[in-house]
Amino acid sequence: MTKSNSDKLLKGLLLPLLGIFFVIGLWALTSSTWASALPSPARTWEVSRPYIVAPFEKRGELDQGILRFTWYSLIRVAKGYAIAILIGTPLGLLLGVSKWFTSSFDPIIQILRPVSPLAWLPLGLVIFQKPEPAGIFTIAMCSMWPTVLNTALGVRSIPQDYLNVARVLQLSKRKTLFRVLLPAALPYMFTGFRLSLGIAWLVIVAAEMLTGAPGVGGFLWQEYNALIYEHIILCIITIGVVGFALDRVMWLIERRFKAA
Amino acid sequence: MSAFVEMRGVSKGFDSPSGRVPVLADVNLEIARGEFVAIVGYSGSGKTTLLSMLAGLVTPDAGSVSVAGKLVTGPGPDRGVVFQNYSLLPWLTVFENVALAVDQVFAREPAAARRERTEHYVNLVNLGHAKDRKPGQLSGGMRQRVAVARALSIDPEVLLLDEPLGALDALTRAVLQTEIERIWRATGKTVILITNDIDEGILLADRIIPLSAGPSATLGPAVAIEIARPREHKALNRHPEFKHVRSTITQYLLGSSAKRRSARKEQPLPLTERAVVELGA
Repeated sequence: MTKSNSDKLLKGLLLPLLGIFFVIGLWALTSSTWASALPSPARTWEVSRPYIVAPFEKRGELDQGILRFTWYSLIRVAKGYAIAILIGTPLGLLLGVSKWFTSSFDPIIQILRPVSPLAWLPLGLVIFQKPEPAGIFTIAMCSMWPTVLNTALGVRSIPQDYLNVARVLQLSKRKTLFRVLLPAALPYMFTGFRLSLGIAWLVIVAAEMLTGAPGVGGFLWQEYNALIYEHIILCIITIGVVGFALDRVMWLIERRFKAA
Repeated sequence: MSAFVEMRGVSKGFDSPSGRVPVLADVNLEIARGEFVAIVGYSGSGKTTLLSMLAGLVTPDAGSVSVAGKLVTGPGPDRGVVFQNYSLLPWLTVFENVALAVDQVFAREPAAARRERTEHYVNLVNLGHAKDRKPGQLSGGMRQRVAVARALSIDPEVLLLDEPLGALDALTRAVLQTEIERIWRATGKTVILITNDIDEGILLADRIIPLSAGPSATLGPAVAIEIARPREHKALNRHPEFKHVRSTITQYLLGSSAKRRSARKEQPLPLTERAVVELGA
């Protein structure tokens, strides 16, 4: 084995595993000493096993395999995220190209941006009178902003030279948008899309907790109420792994566009 | 009869934190059809602003610009521009960069004719072998050729070159200088070249016009270059006409910057002729 190969193995596998075992050890120590209500790692695995080995099983409305719950959550996130992108991208483009629009709407965006999902959800319930659209509304409201701001930044960062090319050739507004503005801003936009997806996934737990909808967040809250704490940990791990996977996928797409 | 390219009493200033700065003042220019004119001046004296007004990207505060008898009110495909930093779109290939221009200006032609035209200009600048590469995969000289091909492909009346070779190494520069002259002779376009290299101006142009040091820069007296073409890089240095033109332009530029400096009550720096030749420094 060459030196660089062993180095790769060490940094790519052994050290991350070491980190994971360290945290699990800390968890085991905590549960066996001062936080006795916290289930141990072994107990968590035992109780969670049926949900992991039969991940798509449906035994009841609130008793389903973990991937089945994840799937419900992903669908919900996809809906909210799609709305966020569909509204956020044109909004960002407008902010990027128009100083008037920026002056009019930037302050209100800066005010709405830091509002927590826990605050949007009740408003969504008031507006839509149903938990499902309220949850999607919350996801959209919270995850839109990175897309808006990065798209605007992307458009503003387009070198004047590119726009001069469009002007000299007298490209139409539409052609300038599709042939120059969008391709030039695309790398920034994808950064926004990736950050938005991260937030959308972050919000899902809060949305499902408060609406009691079936999904990984709803399951977490229900099991807390049912005193099955092992499943809380199962849910946390699932949420983390899925969020990480989503981010990696977006990162790969983003990198392709940046390389182009 | 009025000139093909004409600037009459053109002035332009820009706002700065310390008030309006006059960049160009009372610029007058007349260029005949098919003529190759070089405008030389210090960096930052407003050369690019001058060219941008010819291109229609910048509107003059006062005075008028006209090309082929028509008043310039905005950019248009009758004037091809090669920008200082090439301005290629990095997500398009060489072919696509040129095709963007061709497809826009010759939208009425059938697709096959447009493709042929694009091919023609890519080949004209000797980039046929690299037509599917993106600008990021090209050397500076190759990128510059793409920019030239794009500017020529729309068959403009006037070709505006803004320090097109400024960022290139000396060898590539010499090659492209020869190429620009070849293309000019092959197409018979009117060419306006902005440069800070007097030698380059003398090598290529029919006439060379100095732009005085800014602010409130203006064009000095034009000097006709009576050197037979094709002009040879090496032979040029010893040509008496070359020396004459060069010293005339140099004297004018030196004088304009000395005047500027004494107007600001500063000590004139000792300048050698060599330092002036590299005006950018």
